[in-house]
Amino acid sequence: MRRQGTVGGHSYEFPTLVELLAKATPARSGDVLAGCAAESAAERVAAQAVLADLPLATFLDELVVGYDEDDVTRLVLDTHDPVAFAPVASLTVGEFRDRLLAWAAAGDETAISGLAPGLTPEMVAATSKLMRNADLVAVGRRTRVVTGLRSTLGLPGRLASRLQPNHPTDDPLGVTASIVDGLLQGCGDAVIGINPATDSPARTVALLELVDEVIGRYGIPTQSCVLAHVTTTLRALEQGAPVDLVFQSVAGTQEANRGFGVTLDLLAEARAGALALGRGTVGSNVTYFETGQGSALSADAHRGVGGRPVDQQTLEARAYAVARHFDPLLVNTVVGFIGPEYLYDGKQVLRAGLEDHFCGKLLGLPMGVDVCYTNHAEVDEDDMDSLMLLLGAAGCTFLIAVPGMDDVMLHYQSLAFSDVLTTRSVLGLRPAPEFEAWLARMDLLDDDGRVRELTADAPAARALLAAASS
Amino acid sequence: MTDALDRPLPASDDPWAVLRSATRARVALGRAGDALPTARELEFRAAHAAARDAVHQPLDPAVVRAALDPALELLEVHSAAPDRATYLQRPDLGRRLAEGTELPRVDADLAVVIADGLSPRAVHEHAAGLVTALLERLPGWSVAPLVLASQARVALGDAVGEALGARAVAVLIGERPGLSSADSLGVYLTWAPRPGRADSERNCVSNVRPPHGLSYAQAADTVAALLGAARELGASGVVLKDEGPALPAGAG
Repeated sequence: MRRQGTVGGHSYEFPTLVELLAKATPARSGDVLAGCAAESAAERVAAQAVLADLPLATFLDELVVGYDEDDVTRLVLDTHDPVAFAPVASLTVGEFRDRLLAWAAAGDETAISGLAPGLTPEMVAATSKLMRNADLVAVGRRTRVVTGLRSTLGLPGRLASRLQPNHPTDDPLGVTASIVDGLLQGCGDAVIGINPATDSPARTVALLELVDEVIGRYGIPTQSCVLAHVTTTLRALEQGAPVDLVFQSVAGTQEANRGFGVTLDLLAEARAGALALGRGTVGSNVTYFETGQGSALSADAHRGVGGRPVDQQTLEARAYAVARHFDPLLVNTVVGFIGPEYLYDGKQVLRAGLEDHFCGKLLGLPMGVDVCYTNHAEVDEDDMDSLMLLLGAAGCTFLIAVPGMDDVMLHYQSLAFSDVLTTRSVLGLRPAPEFEAWLARMDLLDDDGRVRELTADAPAARALLAAASS
Repeated sequence: MTDALDRPLPASDDPWAVLRSATRARVALGRAGDALPTARELEFRAAHAAARDAVHQPLDPAVVRAALDPALELLEVHSAAPDRATYLQRPDLGRRLAEGTELPRVDADLAVVIADGLSPRAVHEHAAGLVTALLERLPGWSVAPLVLASQARVALGDAVGEALGARAVAVLIGERPGLSSADSLGVYLTWAPRPGRADSERNCVSNVRPPHGLSYAQAADTVAALLGAARELGASGVVLKDEGPALPAGAG
């Protein structure tokens, strides 16, 4: 099909769907690196205009990544639900954007949230490309996804957090000190999740037992996770370790997932293993996935139909199709981690964070974000503040936080525990209900429900500090 | 862990010291309302500023040259990335030599490339010291003229090594600055360098950064040992990786 758009008297042609999506994508360095970005601002708008007139149903027939060679595409099409798709099946991409914004303005969460099984990643990515940042926030906050294991996540008016107590050598006391610091600042309701310094099964089991003991001793309604490779977690399961969540990084093509050393079968096997432990109290979501724009490109696994490079945002949305197949408790994009060759500056990182949250939510995921950056990107704390507050407004399921913004193991900057408090207080958001009740029981909340500024001789602080004493 | 939980809280003037002494992470910072206190905020900014400046400080050949033995020949090359902003966004350009680059074919055992990478500061502070220590440990090796490369990625060494006709290349490159380490130098070894080599065909020695990280002597011992093993095997990379730490110091 001939697809042509005219802007400023110039006519632009987009021979394939892959090229149309890429050229319609708001500017970012990764698409320039891949050689698929629009070559001018006018070409970008022309592509967006053509995309706006494209019927949403096009994406069910015309593929971005081939069916035969890619199991993510097969997963998407083989599990597509035409009944859920029916309410929007006759719309174009532009009309779909308008409809979503109308539903969001009317507060119709049911209409928006019910679409997920009928939407494909490519539909959602295409729609996001027509949206402004405020559109992504407005629709995101009306897309309801609720999950649970030992805490309930995604409820209206709530913002949870992953407490990330990484340590360069996985030292038990060092990890415990960071856990205590985070708990005392009201963080950890989404998960206490450690990136291990090495991927050894023994280390993973030791860390799982450590966090399990802290959670058990203080009766904390949350879950633990050691973010080891899924094969390592399978070994830990075989050894009877207390595995709450199966973690894996996933990407949007079969080739990229092979680069991560994962297959859909492997993920299913690990999920079944964790589910069989029955460790949930309020729900049974037992998987956790991380993603990030640029991961397929960095693995040289970013090509679609005809060998053409697919834009990194569309590929990112495809990763969410992998995640949603396994009923996750948590999914987050690690938005600024990958570096300036994929997202160059604060503007690109902010945009990507909002896109990822919107696309994940619309596809039915409990979407969180690691609001983060590296030192060689043109990003600073102010950019992170803007993104975290916008995500709070967008109804983001959870944010990741580390001691003092500084991850001393992975060598990048994320949010501080206090940033979660700021986002909650500025926007009137509260922790997960079970965790909030626990904070109250531990006397960590004041009369207004705000996390206290603690003195070290307070009973709750003393109890937790004892856990970290050497 | 059970033991740690059972121990009583030690007596101290500052009970938060328990947390601080347990980890290098920025724990127990206190709060100003729901934010960080001014002093802690400024500490963080100072660390971030040092890392940012390390990335953006231009490579100064005179600094490197002044610290090296004047008898050593030093050739200067640029990658195909014309400036820092392009370099940061286009790693592919940082892996290629600028158009028209000419290097003499010397057919040496080893080429040594000093590359700015993501921390020119690391090169200014540590490259000469490490080169000196390394050359001392390679008495039987013929070494090509040193090459100083601007806006360079690790793989630029493949093109340089091939052009010089070297059997192996060692790229000494400024590593991505962390908040607590803006001056860390890394060394990447590649046997039979030529463009297209995969990262799995290289060996890396990281965190050369005395006095906090590896000393020049420690790093040079490991690099020399790896070079010797690579020469025996006729290959570098994962085939060497597992044996790396077991090699005797200075075995090259």
